[in-house]
Amino acid sequence: MKPGFAAPLVNGALLGAAVVAVSPLLWMLSVSLMAPGEASTFPPPLIPARATLGNYRELFAHAGIGRYLANSVFLTAAVTLVSLAFNVTAGYAFAKLHFTGRDRIFKLLLGALVIPSQVAMVPLFLLLKHLGLVNSYGGVIVPAMAGIFGIFHVRQYALSIPDELLEAARIDGASEFRIFRSVVVPLLKPIIVTLAVFTLLGTWNDFIWPLIVLTDNSLYTLPVALASLSREHVQDNELMMAGSVLTTLPVLVVFVALQRYYIQGLMVGSVKG
Amino acid sequence: MRFERAAWWFVAPALSVIAVFFILPVLAALAISLTDFDIYALADVRNLRFAGLGNYVKLLETPLFWHALGNTLYFVLVGVPLSIAASLGAALLLHSRVARFKPFFRTALFAPVVTTLVAVAVIWRYLFNTRYGLLNYALGGIGIHPIDWLGDPRWAMPAIIIFAVWKNFGYNMIILLAGLQSIPEDLYEAARIDGASRWRQFLFVTLPMLSPVLVMVGILTIAGYFQLFAEPYVMTQGGPLQSTVSVLYFMYEEGFKWWNLGSASAVAFMLFLLIFGVTALQLRQARVIGAR
Repeated sequence: MKPGFAAPLVNGALLGAAVVAVSPLLWMLSVSLMAPGEASTFPPPLIPARATLGNYRELFAHAGIGRYLANSVFLTAAVTLVSLAFNVTAGYAFAKLHFTGRDRIFKLLLGALVIPSQVAMVPLFLLLKHLGLVNSYGGVIVPAMAGIFGIFHVRQYALSIPDELLEAARIDGASEFRIFRSVVVPLLKPIIVTLAVFTLLGTWNDFIWPLIVLTDNSLYTLPVALASLSREHVQDNELMMAGSVLTTLPVLVVFVALQRYYIQGLMVGSVKG
Repeated sequence: MRFERAAWWFVAPALSVIAVFFILPVLAALAISLTDFDIYALADVRNLRFAGLGNYVKLLETPLFWHALGNTLYFVLVGVPLSIAASLGAALLLHSRVARFKPFFRTALFAPVVTTLVAVAVIWRYLFNTRYGLLNYALGGIGIHPIDWLGDPRWAMPAIIIFAVWKNFGYNMIILLAGLQSIPEDLYEAARIDGASRWRQFLFVTLPMLSPVLVMVGILTIAGYFQLFAEPYVMTQGGPLQSTVSVLYFMYEEGFKWWNLGSASAVAFMLFLLIFGVTALQLRQARVIGAR
């Protein structure tokens, strides 16, 4: 290809792809600001004739979306915090501490990675029912408190911590927990942030498990509530778009703010593999 | 000894959660799939009976199960190559030396990945609307008659595939981009000196060097696409004429709508075996090609 030709072609293609990727999201925002029924005309309007927040008001006033938003925020925060604590301590121990059967257990965990989570769903539901956790926040939080992926990534990262550093702290008489808190955690900060973003987005967007385990309306997360609303309100497109905005905007904001960690984590993890 | 005990304190919380809430349920799933666990057993465990392979045999005689399997295979066989092709194309564009505003384009192309599946499925259900959807409007601009995307059994699965490609291609794009960036520049240099065209450089340098990453991306994407669920749940509810019922959708209805939990566990296990078999096959294939 002639050099003078390549640049416009490549950049034009990128621009086209970006438009395809982003325009459904922009259009969602636009329709969410339209008056009821306005979007159901032909040709489809691209921008509202008169922008209104009426759909959002309606969602908060009559569809109880504030409650779902609060549920999602609470569950995401709880799962992220607890699973970070559990996965980071375990990942560090698998990399740097010695205990009987360490490598065997780790291999076992890696092997279990091939099992899709759906296999566990039916018995997990029965177990949680037995524990009285079905239809409660606990039903979402408890099974998500630790994950093999998280442990694996923390371990890979923690392998690079020099043993001499830990030995020096031990000789100074620091306890293992003290070492973890003041030496290890600061060193692991990049992977902790990456894992936090991954967990946060994954939990917020999760659908099938909350759908199964939360049967009571008042406990629904945003995706579950939105799916249920969209089955009832097939015709109310403007309202549904407002619901979609409220569901996706928080994760998009988190992603744009922290994408450095997210995309780096993805790239590093894939090449070291 | 002191270290040993401390180390156990570090791993015990995570390991107990995984053992109790993942490993144990997986093993129990196998056991439950061999019983007739249904709504009566849910009320009183004494109603539970051992059924041997009965659930499996019955499923293989259920037309809807085969239908769901066929739909899922359709989704995987068409959706995965399209997804990876889109990812590779976007990665090559982003990797190009003449591309500008790379961080901006990277973020824009990746944005659909982080969005909530249910929410964007709601958007696309509307984009696919026969009368008011933007997609038919755009197609009308080039003279194509309106397509009843989600109402016509022939078009519902293609619509879901289009949506899935849009939603997912950014993820593999990033992984492939990392792979492209790790290919040493001197390989291209050498190929250029030998007079290789751009296309031949792509065929004989880029693709072979990228193949380990491509194999990994292929395996993960196939495994993920076999687990199709939320898209049909929101966009088509399995219809029209059950043309978008996936294996997981079938399992969900069997288990959590009709409470045939024994049968649902059998479905889950068959899906697992299928994914496992396909993954093993791919790994073997990759090794054979790699050995050549």
